[in-house]
Amino acid sequence: MIRTLIELTKIDGVSGDEEQVRKYIEERVEKYGLEHMTDTIGNLIVRAGENSGNLKVMLAAHMDEVGLIINHITDDGKLKFAAVGGFDTRILTGQHVRIGDSKIPGVIGYKSIHLQEKKERESAVKLKDLYIDIGAKDREDAEKYIKLGDFAAFSSEPVFFGKNRLKAKALDDRAGCAVLLELVKEKWPFELYACFTVQEEVGLRGATVAAKRVAPDIAVVIEGTTCADVPEVSGHEISTEIGKGPALTFIDRTAIADSILLRHFESTAKKESIPFQWKQTVSGGNDAGKIQVSGSGVRVIAVSVPCRYIHSPVSVLDIYDLENTKELVKKALLTLPLVFDGRQKND
Amino acid sequence: MIELVRELAGTYGPSGREDEIRGVIRKKISGKVDELYTDTLGNLIAVKKGNGKRIMLAAHMDEIGVVATYIEENGFIRFSNIGGVSPVFSLGQRVRFANGVCGCVCYEEKLKEPKDLNFSKMFIDIGTNSRERTMEYVSPGDIAVFEAGTIEQNGRYISKALDDRIGCAVLIELIGQLNEVKNEIAFVFTVQEEVGLRGAGTAAYAIKPDLAVAVDVTNTGDTPGCNPLSIELGKGAAVMIKDGRTISHPLVKNKLIDLAKRFDIQYQLEVIEKGGNDAGSIHTTAGGIPSGGVSIPCRYMHSPCEMVDAGDVKNVVKLLKAFIQSED
Repeated sequence: MIRTLIELTKIDGVSGDEEQVRKYIEERVEKYGLEHMTDTIGNLIVRAGENSGNLKVMLAAHMDEVGLIINHITDDGKLKFAAVGGFDTRILTGQHVRIGDSKIPGVIGYKSIHLQEKKERESAVKLKDLYIDIGAKDREDAEKYIKLGDFAAFSSEPVFFGKNRLKAKALDDRAGCAVLLELVKEKWPFELYACFTVQEEVGLRGATVAAKRVAPDIAVVIEGTTCADVPEVSGHEISTEIGKGPALTFIDRTAIADSILLRHFESTAKKESIPFQWKQTVSGGNDAGKIQVSGSGVRVIAVSVPCRYIHSPVSVLDIYDLENTKELVKKALLTLPLVFDGRQKND
Repeated sequence: MIELVRELAGTYGPSGREDEIRGVIRKKISGKVDELYTDTLGNLIAVKKGNGKRIMLAAHMDEIGVVATYIEENGFIRFSNIGGVSPVFSLGQRVRFANGVCGCVCYEEKLKEPKDLNFSKMFIDIGTNSRERTMEYVSPGDIAVFEAGTIEQNGRYISKALDDRIGCAVLIELIGQLNEVKNEIAFVFTVQEEVGLRGAGTAAYAIKPDLAVAVDVTNTGDTPGCNPLSIELGKGAAVMIKDGRTISHPLVKNKLIDLAKRFDIQYQLEVIEKGGNDAGSIHTTAGGIPSGGVSIPCRYMHSPCEMVDAGDVKNVVKLLKAFIQSED
């Protein structure tokens, strides 16, 4: 699985431009001999498991990553850009990026410190003041390589460091994609659809469409989530901690976990001695938000791999957290029919 | 009415954890409708059969609350909000978890300015002195609701959670008053309204009504120093023209106004910039559903002392009754 993840993080797939990621995943599921389709918006939907008639499960992980989109070329050949998805603009200065289908290398520049006003030095740099330098001498030269609307992705090679840690870009949510690629190989006693979704980072858009098509009873979203076990953050402000196992979300800004699923995942983790943690802050959201309200309603839960420095080129995860996320979801789903019939009534 | 309001408002039911309040409502209406069921997300749907139009009335069961996120070593509970909870209104309040355990909402004393007050600087004290003791009662993810009694005074109901248990009371009252109906009426007690109108949309998707009306509370503009808003307590049922999420469909809006005039039911018009109610998610689902709202004016919304006028509530019942019985 870790090898798959490393390969996935080398591929660029900014929201709206997920084709290369989808191709990679498609090739893998072809090899497994699984039925699959790509829908209009670009979600890859893979069918696994048997149709037992009374339970349909959807797994979701998003293929897209945060990045940039080129929206202007200056007379002197610099590229101006807008953000695709949310991140801290302070991380941008000095980053390497790859632009467009030809992967034109560029660096993000900002005027040097001695040219900055006092106010500028003391505040976060604004997106509009940054530019990408591709070494072009003027607009005409730049236009040979770049067109408006090209996406730019962070250029950051995966590296192992410390104990069991992996640094890479796009761990959110290639980690989830890697987990799904493992899970589709299992033998499931129910109908299961693994959905590799698009455009999560810009508003959970792909999942909205996929959920409508699949119309599941239950959905499990597998995510990369924020970690805040870093200096100067006190106990209750830490969302998750790296190395402490998959994080279960009880509530975030987009969804409230179904209480039956939440209890089942918690008791599965305890019974199987799989470490897990609660996501202790309720900010953020993920595909579960849109899946939950799809059609006549879907029971949802999100299980996440904790990632430090998420939405940056240097995200970090613990490979045991990744492994345990897969194990927890696998074990919980395999025992799901014992505790749960998809069509059961609440009262 | 006050007894019904007291029972509904006093029952535990924060967004996403509506089981208890659903049970109470179910008991009140079972036997009085032709169909009664709970859907996937937990909406309670009660149907009176008929051959005319299919009309959906929606009132949300859920109330705002707080969720425990972290237990401190010395037993204090850190929390965040469920729905639009004001840190200022929360201060000094009592909250109650599903298991009945109560806590006091307090803040870090170093804070000087009220504007610095936010949930990460606040905590809940349940009287324990260690994480282990607290964990015997409360775990991260457990949700509590605000605790406050319900009274009737000067023709007004004062209580927590009138948003929207008063709407639920209206629906229950209507179910009790109706005998034979020509139209088919789906009374829907929805979930997760306070966190984003989530239940109503999925219920409407399955029901596919011809018309829908959200029955919820709305803010007033009749208190000292408030923002200008021409809705007053005691001036009748508020017919929604627009809010932050919905522009009422002319079919619904005009019919409500016509009926109010015809039957001499006191009403006022609701034009709100921000906020929304269940109509917001109903009207865009299942190919589009003509939707509107009839609201109960309510002061001090999302506080433990929400206040509505008993006469307004009666007018809301009258207007909705006329609406669902109307055959044009």
